[in-house]
Amino acid sequence: MAENPTLPAFDPEAIVDATAPLLGLAIEPAFRPGIAQNLKVMATMADLVLAAPMDEREEPAPVFRP
Amino acid sequence: MSAERDPIRADASAIAAAVKSGRTTARAVALAHLERIAALDPGLGAFTAVTRERALAEADAVDAAVAAGRDPGPLAGVPYAVKNLFDLAGLVTVAGSKINRADPPPARDATLVERMKGAGAVLLGALNMGEYAYDFTGENAHDGASRNPHDPGHMSGGSSGGSGTAAAAGLATITLGSDTNGSIRVPASFCGLFGLKPTYGRLARGGTFPFVASIDHLGPLARSVHDLALSYDAMQGTDPRDPACTPAGIEPATPVIGQGTQGLRIAVAGGWFARGGMPEAHRAVATVAEALGVSRTVDLPGAQEARAAAYLVTATEAASFHLARLRSRPGDFDPAVRDRLLAGAMAPAAWVAQAHKVRRWWRDRMLAVFQDVDVLIAPATPCRAPLLGQATMTLAGVEMAVRPNIGLFTQPISFAGLPVVAVPVWENDAALPIGVQVIAAPWREDIALRVAAALERDGVCTARVAG
Repeated sequence: MAENPTLPAFDPEAIVDATAPLLGLAIEPAFRPGIAQNLKVMATMADLVLAAPMDEREEPAPVFRP
Repeated sequence: MSAERDPIRADASAIAAAVKSGRTTARAVALAHLERIAALDPGLGAFTAVTRERALAEADAVDAAVAAGRDPGPLAGVPYAVKNLFDLAGLVTVAGSKINRADPPPARDATLVERMKGAGAVLLGALNMGEYAYDFTGENAHDGASRNPHDPGHMSGGSSGGSGTAAAAGLATITLGSDTNGSIRVPASFCGLFGLKPTYGRLARGGTFPFVASIDHLGPLARSVHDLALSYDAMQGTDPRDPACTPAGIEPATPVIGQGTQGLRIAVAGGWFARGGMPEAHRAVATVAEALGVSRTVDLPGAQEARAAAYLVTATEAASFHLARLRSRPGDFDPAVRDRLLAGAMAPAAWVAQAHKVRRWWRDRMLAVFQDVDVLIAPATPCRAPLLGQATMTLAGVEMAVRPNIGLFTQPISFAGLPVVAVPVWENDAALPIGVQVIAAPWREDIALRVAAALERDGVCTARVAG
């Protein structure tokens, strides 16, 4: 995650604690390091995606055809 | 290669011609392959189910058609096998998992299996794969690894690992796989095969177990470009069971693949695709480019962002698909797959929505490139097949995890939905091959196949039965 002193630090453990009840997931202690590591990788990917130099009016390309 | 003397090494058209002319029978070809599977597969791990009775029944039906003077189809008696996420009537679709083993068996074959059967091909069985297709290694926590036939201590590549192993070991003439982020192209690269990932929406996915529906593709792997084209043509056509499948008509590629590369504008993919792999990955691209007389490089800005977006869409969409299983049976997943899916379930929706916009933006950029170019050449994998169980590799001086990074170069291409033929390159003293992607504009599989066929004709790219 990009460092920004005005934002809270990226904390994968906090994300696990906050979202697991929302999703109805029981997270065993053995799962946590793997999930945290994957969330870190995803956050790095999200930084790239959120910084993509595209027009904010760009639309996704859904396949659904009415 | 004479199909009656050596059905294992013969290509599909040789087998079909020999069967149709009565020089051999579909039953004899099937039995030769079943015998080889029984002998070699215990050490290779390609198959999770061998459908012997079905194979012999289908072979006998082909032979009966020939005896009655009917045309059994362009793939008459050609033995093939499918990744175990394809529905096969009466056999549970496990999709590489333990959890799905309790599912009821499907009543109907997958659409592409129906089409292969309709063309006269003979099904040998279901093939090993990484759990739920979330894999680049060909390893499976429940069924064991599908091994690389050129060196069984190495990965076959995934997630269509068994599809790579079986075709390269001569256990089947053609195999079918799926490719969301590289799962046909990676095993083709590691096992030294030709692999076709068609345009997104080209080949019907009806009756297959999804991974990431918005990016999932199906396609063939084989030891010749002609076999890819024959099976691709036999499988084309729309499908009411697949909402993404194109309603456009069938566009046969087989008649044009021998036309050569004259008139085609070919360029090497630069930027993201020109760095970050092992030297052999970039050397293989240079070998192909030189053989094609290509000196032009096209930069493709946005590839890194596209790869990141593909990563996010994959993790989150797959997590949503598997959420009920993650709730009820988390302990029955492959731990590596489970933790990636759980993280995907927890990712914010804002990331995903933006990732889908990046997909459109990247697609538009690629379409602009294809205004000026017909074919792009890029590495398929950043390395040759790693050792089984290998966790890390060093790319461009940076140590990184093997599993997620094997798809560095394949992910941006499938995310744009572009058709690709992976072609195998063997360096003189190398024990293992490495693949190159031949990429065309959407719906121009014919062009990618033409270039691959020219490379095969000139001996630049060759696939062979291991051993």
